Amino acid sequence: MTAEACAAARIQARRTPWRRAVPAALLLALSLQVAVSPAQERRIAPAQVKSGITFSAPGVQSLQADDFANPGMLWVERGAALWREPAGAAAVSCAQCHPQPERSMKGVATHYPRFDPASGGLIDLAGQINACRTARQRAEPLARESETLLALTTFVAEQSRGLPVHVSIDGPARAHFDAGRALYERRMGQMNLACTNCHEQNWGRQLLAETISQGYGNAYPIYRLDWQTVGSLQRRFRSCLFGVRAELWPYGAPEYLDLELYLAWRAEGLPVETPGVRK
Amino acid sequence: MMGRSRLAAWLTLAASLTLAAAVHAATAAGAAEDAASVAGAADKAPIPPVAPPGTPALLPLTVDGDEIRAPLGGLAGNAQRGREVFMSRDANCSLCHRLPGGDPRLMGNVGPPLAGVAARLSPAQLRLRIVDFSRIDPRTVMPSYYRVAGLTRVAARYAGRPVLSAGEIEDVIAFLSTLR
Repeated sequence: MTAEACAAARIQARRTPWRRAVPAALLLALSLQVAVSPAQERRIAPAQVKSGITFSAPGVQSLQADDFANPGMLWVERGAALWREPAGAAAVSCAQCHPQPERSMKGVATHYPRFDPASGGLIDLAGQINACRTARQRAEPLARESETLLALTTFVAEQSRGLPVHVSIDGPARAHFDAGRALYERRMGQMNLACTNCHEQNWGRQLLAETISQGYGNAYPIYRLDWQTVGSLQRRFRSCLFGVRAELWPYGAPEYLDLELYLAWRAEGLPVETPGVRK
Repeated sequence: MMGRSRLAAWLTLAASLTLAAAVHAATAAGAAEDAASVAGAADKAPIPPVAPPGTPALLPLTVDGDEIRAPLGGLAGNAQRGREVFMSRDANCSLCHRLPGGDPRLMGNVGPPLAGVAARLSPAQLRLRIVDFSRIDPRTVMPSYYRVAGLTRVAARYAGRPVLSAGEIEDVIAFLSTLR
């Protein structure tokens, strides 16, 4: 076959309908796959998604709803004061870079955790506050679950109250999302239970006198009557792990961050309620 | 930071919450979504005794269909003790199962209610369901109370031990067998 004949054959082949149809169909299938798969992956239909507060007793609901009764508001107030306090070797306050937090921090919490290119992993709101602290204020990072970090985190999250949770699971976040889901569905501990066994397969049912929630983080940090203080979602994870008699990960472990991302994706559209109140 | 009256209101509230939490702690058995979350529970929990080295973790048993016919270790159960085990923090049966006559608002309903369970299941059937329900239904949420293999990330203090001893399981079977 001459070179011309080869070229002509290739052109003819390109014109052949099936040669065009196959890649087109593949492309269509791929784009459909990308477009519909996250929705199909949801274990609880969007119309059925309910914030944890709806499973709480009326007394707890009214505690959360009333800013003057909600104990978590004390942490918000403390956080507001810390926001204006200069810290670190740089002696700058959060407010110097982020004035008017009711505007500059509005909506920020709805997007956490997110992928952080600087660290190459996920970062949650508490981690972001610490990242700012070390990089901008040149201060020591605050310990996870310390009163100061909880107060700042609660304060920042409260600026998003009422706004819908919306996190990205695209790009480099996707691997963390997948890891979070795998953890959520992995049975653990002597009781051999996964998060999904209670919070997706049995939500609305009772464990003793408690109604099982769907397990979202949209109200965190929360004030728990059991704790008598405000605590993070990671603390809540540890309580569940302890309950199923599983080995805990240390605070700040990547496993908790992956789980936080998965929970935030599950909570898509629910309003931020920080500071939440629970029994 | 806050007004005196607000502080007073908060203190009153805190006192009532403490009471509520105390009542809650007294009634809740533990692994419930909330009950498990007592602050610092991980530090305060009593550490169960560790079996001496060389003690076999589990006694041999034989599964026949949906039954384990022979009592574990050939032990005879005691119904009164079984009721105590049932309500204990170790077993936590009432977290998921309601007993006849109990207040439904204070008892779990993740698992089936146990009124009349002795009329539905024989002791041999109960034995397998308590020992390892996952052999009947791998998707079950019922924990396996006499199993140490195939578990993931078991906390060190529980590693290699079943949730209940053979004797405790026979006691629970004896108790459940009274629920006709």
